[in-house]
Amino acid sequence: MIGGIRFLLNDSDVLTDVAPGTLALDFLRRDKRLVGTKEGCKEGDCGACVVLVGELFAGGVEYHPVTSCLLPLGELHGKHLVTIEGLNRHALSPVQQAIVDTGGSQCGFCTPGIVMSLTGFLLDPETRKDARGCKNALGGNLCRCTGYASLIRAGRQVLQKIGGNNIFTNEFSENATVQMLIEQQVLPAYFQSIPARLKNIPAKVQRRDRATPYCLVAGGTDLYVQKGDALANLNVHLLSRQSGLKQIKLSEKRVHIGPLTTFEAFARHPIINQSIPDIQKYSHYNASWQVRNRATIGGNIINASPIGDMTALLLALESDLVFRAGRKQRTVALKSFFTGYKLFDKAADEILTDVIFPVPDAGSKINFEKVSKRQTLDIATVNSGIKIVADGALIRKVELSMGGVAPIPLFLKKTCDFLRNKRVMPEYILQANDIAQSEISPISDVRGSSEYKRLLVRQLLIAHFTKLFPELIQVRAFYEAH
Amino acid sequence: MKHIDAAAHTRGESQYVDDSPQPLGLLHVAVLGSPLAHGKILSIEIEDALQCDGVITIVLAGDIPGENQIGAIIPDEHLLAEKEVFYVGEPVAIVVAENFAQALQAKNKIQVQIEELSAVTDPRAAFANGQIIGTPRTFVFGDVENAWKQCDLIVEGRCDMGGQEHVYLETQRARAVPLENGAMRLYASTQSPYAVQRTVAGILGLPHHKIEVDVKRLGGGFGGKEDQATAWSCLAALAAWKTGKPVELVLPRHEDMVMTGKRHPYSSDFKIGLSAQGKILAYDVKHYQNSGAAADLSTAVLERTLFHSTNAYFIPNTRIFGACCRTNLPPNTAFRGFGGPQGMFVMESAIAKAAEQLNIQREEIQRRNLLCENDIFPYGQHAHEARAEKTWAEAENSFALPGLKERVAQFNQNNFEKKKGYAVMPICFGISFTTHFLNQAGALVHVYTDGSVSVSTGGVEMGQGFSTNITRIAAKAFGINQVRVKVESANTTRVANMSPSAASATTDLNGNATINAVTEIVDRLKSLAVSELGLGQKEKLSLKKERLFYAGKDTGWDWKKLVQTAYLNRVDLSAHGFYATPGICFDKQKEKGHPFAYHVYGTALLEVTVDCLRGTYNIDSTKIVHDLGRPLNELIDRGQVEGALAQGLGWMTLEELIFDKRGHFLSNSLATYKVPDVFFMPDDLEINFLQTAPGASGPYGAKAVGEPPFMYGIGLFFAIRHAMRAFNPKADLPFNSPLTPEKVLLQLHPQWGIDAENRRR
Repeated sequence: MIGGIRFLLNDSDVLTDVAPGTLALDFLRRDKRLVGTKEGCKEGDCGACVVLVGELFAGGVEYHPVTSCLLPLGELHGKHLVTIEGLNRHALSPVQQAIVDTGGSQCGFCTPGIVMSLTGFLLDPETRKDARGCKNALGGNLCRCTGYASLIRAGRQVLQKIGGNNIFTNEFSENATVQMLIEQQVLPAYFQSIPARLKNIPAKVQRRDRATPYCLVAGGTDLYVQKGDALANLNVHLLSRQSGLKQIKLSEKRVHIGPLTTFEAFARHPIINQSIPDIQKYSHYNASWQVRNRATIGGNIINASPIGDMTALLLALESDLVFRAGRKQRTVALKSFFTGYKLFDKAADEILTDVIFPVPDAGSKINFEKVSKRQTLDIATVNSGIKIVADGALIRKVELSMGGVAPIPLFLKKTCDFLRNKRVMPEYILQANDIAQSEISPISDVRGSSEYKRLLVRQLLIAHFTKLFPELIQVRAFYEAH
Repeated sequence: MKHIDAAAHTRGESQYVDDSPQPLGLLHVAVLGSPLAHGKILSIEIEDALQCDGVITIVLAGDIPGENQIGAIIPDEHLLAEKEVFYVGEPVAIVVAENFAQALQAKNKIQVQIEELSAVTDPRAAFANGQIIGTPRTFVFGDVENAWKQCDLIVEGRCDMGGQEHVYLETQRARAVPLENGAMRLYASTQSPYAVQRTVAGILGLPHHKIEVDVKRLGGGFGGKEDQATAWSCLAALAAWKTGKPVELVLPRHEDMVMTGKRHPYSSDFKIGLSAQGKILAYDVKHYQNSGAAADLSTAVLERTLFHSTNAYFIPNTRIFGACCRTNLPPNTAFRGFGGPQGMFVMESAIAKAAEQLNIQREEIQRRNLLCENDIFPYGQHAHEARAEKTWAEAENSFALPGLKERVAQFNQNNFEKKKGYAVMPICFGISFTTHFLNQAGALVHVYTDGSVSVSTGGVEMGQGFSTNITRIAAKAFGINQVRVKVESANTTRVANMSPSAASATTDLNGNATINAVTEIVDRLKSLAVSELGLGQKEKLSLKKERLFYAGKDTGWDWKKLVQTAYLNRVDLSAHGFYATPGICFDKQKEKGHPFAYHVYGTALLEVTVDCLRGTYNIDSTKIVHDLGRPLNELIDRGQVEGALAQGLGWMTLEELIFDKRGHFLSNSLATYKVPDVFFMPDDLEINFLQTAPGASGPYGAKAVGEPPFMYGIGLFFAIRHAMRAFNPKADLPFNSPLTPEKVLLQLHPQWGIDAENRRR
């Protein structure tokens, strides 16, 4: 980025010329000595470094909790970065007080991140304001001391204190929420001035300096895990500064997803919820809220991890990818995009500009399965997406993907072909499994033995069909047939 | 009373080692660890690294001015490797640079040539090779050999238990500041300030008094900073000594996970004999502890395994054997429970296997063998105020065990792929350091003329609420308001020769030492008051709510008046208190004695649902009756129970240390090593404190609470196993922990492995 990065850090203006790839966490602790934000793992897994990032949009400023250890500083231009120091008033906020009252802080190291997450939870008009909502909000925060029970009690206490009169409604706009939270003393008063101050920061045009090597970063939630220390010094090109790539729209029975759409925005979007009715459930298992607020659909695809959760789902949805290089544009089917481990059909100068999938037919059934060691906030051992079009018990068409069982996110073409025009019956599904077993090539690694992954492929195949056709077939039948 | 640090914690204002303002010119350190688990060092090439930007110096073993030795119990561990490396991650060199990024960059330029030697990771293989640390131990009680003859059923089996990474959220760290005259001050994240002091002194070749160690708080310890924190302080001190500049060492998470020791994996054999009625008549167990590459605290950990090998049961004939087996893993160390959990897991496994053979419920055997008053532990101590049966009965009644059993059976009848399981888990845990001399503590109490009080002890605040407890104890002992009391950092210049904050005993020992110091000051104040007020008997004076009473009547003096008068009369307002736990002893020759001040008891009920199609599980509920004695602070104590439970549940299920055969740690980040998250814990969690228990020797009758509840988590293994059994009654279910979703699924589908084998042919 040419010129400095300008943003609001709590109640003050910051103009800095540190490299845009610098981690926000390092900038806070090292350069600003704002040490309330803690480093626990530097890979988005513990949440000790959670901060809020506020971004201008039509209704005011929208705040999201994110892990600052995976957040490039350049991303913050024109935004409001809130750390624990920026929430402190003279008296404790209701969130802070509740954690004190319920014994929700022991060693205290994870506590600032937890305060940030719970405050972000209150700031988000769309989160459900109950114990379940509190849990969701803390999905990205590890605490090794408390066992979480006291933190859930803290969440309940906060909601009782400020939510007792149904203060939260879904109609609340972000502006009204901020206002209400200032009145409830959750936020300091300066939050009122933020929208106007952000509007004063001129947009920066990000130009790529072709002389030096660069790295394209979307959400960075995996790139920064892999090479966080190196990226700080590279000329990082931050894609998400390009707001044009974040929209989701319907056009000619096809869903278009801007590749920079975050997991969270994807899962909340009405178009997506119509096409994939259980998307919110799947999303819950795919990443913590704090990471979903940064991870992008396009990043998940281009990162080419064999266990990309969204990629597995999009494979089953028959997605296409649109790439652009200069004025040249080209479309590639996701099924044929991956060519080997972390290898894919994309030229260096091409940028993914659109992810497209056909709106599923009314009769089609969709399911996504993921098994990991810990069910939430974990990487899949095996994941799988499926789309089935059936006439009663007769399968017209199947689109099946499996992640974690090959060097690439795998589309199981032969298995799909076999299942076409078969009836939903255990024997065919078990035969399909035999074919699937020939298509996959899992290796033994830290996420599981190859034998386990092979068994999971079978089990998830059964899970797909028994879940999607409960009136036709039950799990029991597979064990009796065996 | 709330946790005294909590408000500052929630504001992000509590200072950990690297949060306090940095001294000018502070240097940073990166540690180079061995890339191999065993090998001979041929050469270490540092020239390229020295040329890197910002590098000040590189320190190797040869630079150490004192003795290159950090072993706490047995001197068998170098601070920096000399001629040979014994585990992956063993520190070989440190780079000191102006900032951490520079140190890291230079570290990667150091070239170490090592000739690889064969590595051992399996404790049984090490034992067979004679690689034993210390001496194997055997506790014998009754006559096992004779007892087998009376048994109706004899069952044998094997357990393999995984270790556990501590995952304190704050990784290992220390800051060393050189002082005048060759002295050094360390700000360290350690449970053991004195261990740091004496080890740094040894490394630098200085007397102890030249080294000051100050510990304000830890961002979690759990045993992982009892002995394992010492090395990092030593390295920071060594760098500060060599450069003459303040130096900070903070381990990144990945290196912390690779370089530091963990809870010990164990492999054990058991043989149990019972009557047809389910009475356990004999128990023979052999524990092979995977100690890692150096002794660390392993021999003490093993000792506690032996002490707790019969858990909460009375068994008339026992033989308990254990050996510390040296392998090429990082030196394993203390972790909440300190060997106790492993001993209990084997006991519970033996009962589970016997129950299956007798075709009765596991809890029937458990219940019939619970410890009763005056029963004798295998190490000779009599059970005094035994609460095993009482907590069991309370748990059974208050949490409706019969209803739970009925509900589980019903559910399993009505569901095919989802099965429920339950387990009852009684615990009995002995309190005191099993190393006799460690059961001592000192406290230094000052009263200032404004009536405010400063308390220094040897205890370390690591989140467990120690400072809160001491505040309360001191205020209560004086009879003054808690806001007058400030608990200071643990500092080796204020309290000497402190024992580590460990063994659940920190509040017991330091609290009693505090009471002794306070009592001494109060006694002086009372002597003054009787003479000033012209009263007869000192014993009739008491301080309550900051007022001085004589025989129940207000004397008109308050706390401030008392303190100011004392000062003007030149009465000493400071005192040092000392406490040594009375009545404990242990004869290691006979392996008999009275090692524990008292025992903590409790019983948990756990219920799970296993998705047998996918191999995943959910904990539906955990309900506990826990014996606290007279609780000091229920909020703090509840937090200890809930937190320990979470770690116990994690140890049994998700938390899997994966080492390859060459000793490389594969689950070496939080992306691959999974601790419980908020969704893992049961929504339905109830903890009842046993109300009627009389006091123990802890301050004001409180019982220690840090470690015992960890072991409720063991029940989760058996609850999952119970559900698995309902799905596949014939499956071979080995006693291998952690019981990961992978193991659940593969064990439920044994046919799959056979089919796969056939396919391969």
